Amino acid sequence: MSAPSSPVNKPIGAARQVAPVLLILFAAVPALANAADLGFATQMVSRIMIYAIAALSLDIILGYGAMVSFGHAAFIGIGAYAVGIASAHDLWDASITFPMAMLGGGLFALVTGAICLRTRGVYFIMITLAFGQMAYFTASSLSAYGGDDGLTMWGRSEVFGYSPLENETTFYYVVLACLASCYVFAKALVGSRFGRVIVGVRENRLRMQAVGFNPYAYQLVAYVIAGMMAGLAGALLANHTEFVSPSTMSWQRSGDLIIMVVLGGTGTLHGAILGAVAYLALEEILSHVTEHWRVFFGPMLILVVLFARGGLGRLIGGRGAGG
Amino acid sequence: MAEPILALEGLSKAYGALTVTDDLTMTVEAGSIHVLIGPNGAGKTTLIGQISGQIAPDAGRIRFDGRDVTDLPMHARCRLGLARSFQITTILPSFTALENVAVAAQAHDGHSFRFLRPAAAEARLNEAAMASLETVGLKHRAGVRAGALSHGEKRQLEIAIALVMKPKLLLLDEPMAGTGHEESERLVATLEALRGSLTILLVEHDMDAVFALADRISVLVYGRVIADGKPDAIRADPEVRSAYLGEEAAL
Amino acid sequence: MTATLVAVQVLNGLQLGVLLFLVAAGLTLVFGVMDFINLAHGVQYMLGAYLAVTFYGLTGSFFMALILALLAALAFGLLLEFLVFRHLYDRDHLDQVLATFGVILFLNEGVRIVWGAAPLSYPIPDLLKGTIPLMDGFGYPIYRVAMILSGLATAVLLWVLVTRTRVGMLVRAGATNPRMVAALGVDIRRLFMVVFGFGAMLAGFAGVMAGPIFSVEPGMGDGVLILAFVVIVIGGIGSIRGAFVAALIIGLVDTLGRSFMTDIFKTMMAPAAANQVGPAIASMLIYLLMAGVLFFRPTGLFPAAGR
Repeated sequence: MSAPSSPVNKPIGAARQVAPVLLILFAAVPALANAADLGFATQMVSRIMIYAIAALSLDIILGYGAMVSFGHAAFIGIGAYAVGIASAHDLWDASITFPMAMLGGGLFALVTGAICLRTRGVYFIMITLAFGQMAYFTASSLSAYGGDDGLTMWGRSEVFGYSPLENETTFYYVVLACLASCYVFAKALVGSRFGRVIVGVRENRLRMQAVGFNPYAYQLVAYVIAGMMAGLAGALLANHTEFVSPSTMSWQRSGDLIIMVVLGGTGTLHGAILGAVAYLALEEILSHVTEHWRVFFGPMLILVVLFARGGLGRLIGGRGAGG
Repeated sequence: MAEPILALEGLSKAYGALTVTDDLTMTVEAGSIHVLIGPNGAGKTTLIGQISGQIAPDAGRIRFDGRDVTDLPMHARCRLGLARSFQITTILPSFTALENVAVAAQAHDGHSFRFLRPAAAEARLNEAAMASLETVGLKHRAGVRAGALSHGEKRQLEIAIALVMKPKLLLLDEPMAGTGHEESERLVATLEALRGSLTILLVEHDMDAVFALADRISVLVYGRVIADGKPDAIRADPEVRSAYLGEEAAL
Repeated sequence: MTATLVAVQVLNGLQLGVLLFLVAAGLTLVFGVMDFINLAHGVQYMLGAYLAVTFYGLTGSFFMALILALLAALAFGLLLEFLVFRHLYDRDHLDQVLATFGVILFLNEGVRIVWGAAPLSYPIPDLLKGTIPLMDGFGYPIYRVAMILSGLATAVLLWVLVTRTRVGMLVRAGATNPRMVAALGVDIRRLFMVVFGFGAMLAGFAGVMAGPIFSVEPGMGDGVLILAFVVIVIGGIGSIRGAFVAALIIGLVDTLGRSFMTDIFKTMMAPAAANQVGPAIASMLIYLLMAGVLFFRPTGLFPAAGR
């Protein structure tokens, strides 16, 4: 979409408050849901927050680094499978499985990123898409772990022998804490020396090379960081549904993540959270109206791209959405 | 005489049938302001590209500061002390002028895998950047988005970016192109003030600036150095006059 | 693993390769000429098959259905170009990805509404029923042979069009240097419409041919689209020759890998382990191939630009 007009995207005015306000609203959800007797709302919002973590990780590379990765769902899937496969081998402790999920996502990002980042433009988009599809088909062929049908976990991750995550509210706040930590980390990252290089390469690769940076190394590290963060989202997602399946990695899921980031406004971080909320809430609402909700959503997406560039985040940020 | 800071030996580059650098050999003495002139299409920018590492030569060697750098990529040459400005303005448009220079200072500082501390608050980088902006006379515009600067200011910014890297050799590709008379004069004064503190290889068309600044001039025509010497000798060289100066004068 | 089995699988691989080529050809030209990434190219393949279902139902003739479906696919491609794609040429790749993704969402769902979610089919024409005998008394379906041959014939036709006609010359020049072609006073948009419509028709053709042997269902174009991307990346964006070579390679490698990888692993490890590892590796094979090609040649085997 239209390039954000500030390199470090310092939010102006109300935009500065978006993420804290969202996090506080999230914190209030379980109490409100209990009061209103809407138990399912807690589960629904924890799913939204998990995808918000994934969207955040995508925004780091897509929004700040202009790396249009169309295989991001693979990292989520790998994180989810790490937890799922560990559970199939009776390994339940989150202190082992969560780092495994993040390492898995990071490692896949390292290996595929090393190849993808040698290319640019449409090549990069197509190759990330292809590697995402590779992960999908590989998961489908793992017949020992459910293959196409996916893998059911018989419970949630444990923490040093206890099972606190079995409590829906506790699980909810764990997800919220993860989201808040990821947001704070990402915020610091994009303003750091490293983040400045990533944005600089987006702005003008040649200039950055001419002052002595090797863009490839920085982009690869950013890609790995994003992969690890998405791996964490995957570990949470596996616990959320107590089920992992190849469909988590489908290319449509990768597309959904891009939509979330763009809908919320690329390169803002809070926009990624906002986008995840908006997209998944819209999906929830439209799918109650009709099972064929995509037939409405597709044209909506086209119209947004053609006529309202810049996303929700920028609307709230006080800038015009026109681009 | 000390070893030259830059030595090009038999450098060649062709695009298809078009030879843009033709078995070129030349040296640049440390501490001098060396000016490269030549008509359009003589291969000046391509030569700067090869020296800086943006373009790979087909043959020949490039020695910089006692090292063969022919096979090093641009960013590695940078770290050895080779900085350049571009003929076509190459800046980070949505960074402020200060941030443009600060990011170069950060590159020079050499520690960019730092993930958490806010870079914008690093006084050391900002002070170095501010000093560099002051040198080129752009301090008052430090907080302006680079994309919003005037053309002349962007040219100054390019030089500030290069200077903050404390280069041993500064390659300037037509820094005065498209700037007004006043801005050109200021730039000449800036470069004059830098004389002796670093080596400058300057590509320039503005003959007033060339003869005001040059310790030495090389004349490039069709990818070859046809004359090389002190400004007075170049001015008097009949071959140069017919190939280049005369043509300029006729215009 | 008999010689006959290998021969059958090689033919199956060629047949997949030919299908991929038909889809990839339009894509690669559109990339090459307009630098436009069209995710919705896969739905053209799907629509070809669905249109053939409908036209077969109306006419009862495979060949009538084929011709009508091709015309309808062409018309639909031009309509999409007019409504959506032409507004995206000057946009960045991210916008193109999003908008064409929106087209996919709409059409996959639209097909589900119009034709239902259940897989459909239509029969092979009587003329192409039966088998051609291979060795050991095994036969190979005539229809599949016809698919391979018509794919090869299309490739030859394309090659003639691209190398021997004025439009083809412009397309080649456009893939190498679009700005130059525009500067020559050629209406690049009209050129693109021609390329685009033709590409949509080729993808539709692939879909019509695939209908009788694969199931016609919503989303059937998505997998083919991504394989076509792999083909283009390996072949080099904008290169018809590259797309042809890469499509056959991908078709063969994928088919043979899925057929024989497990058996190959059984010679090296316990059968139980091979049954696990074989399919996983087989499904990764073409992507590993792509990674390998890119590692050595980041712009593909036959890069069109920069020559």
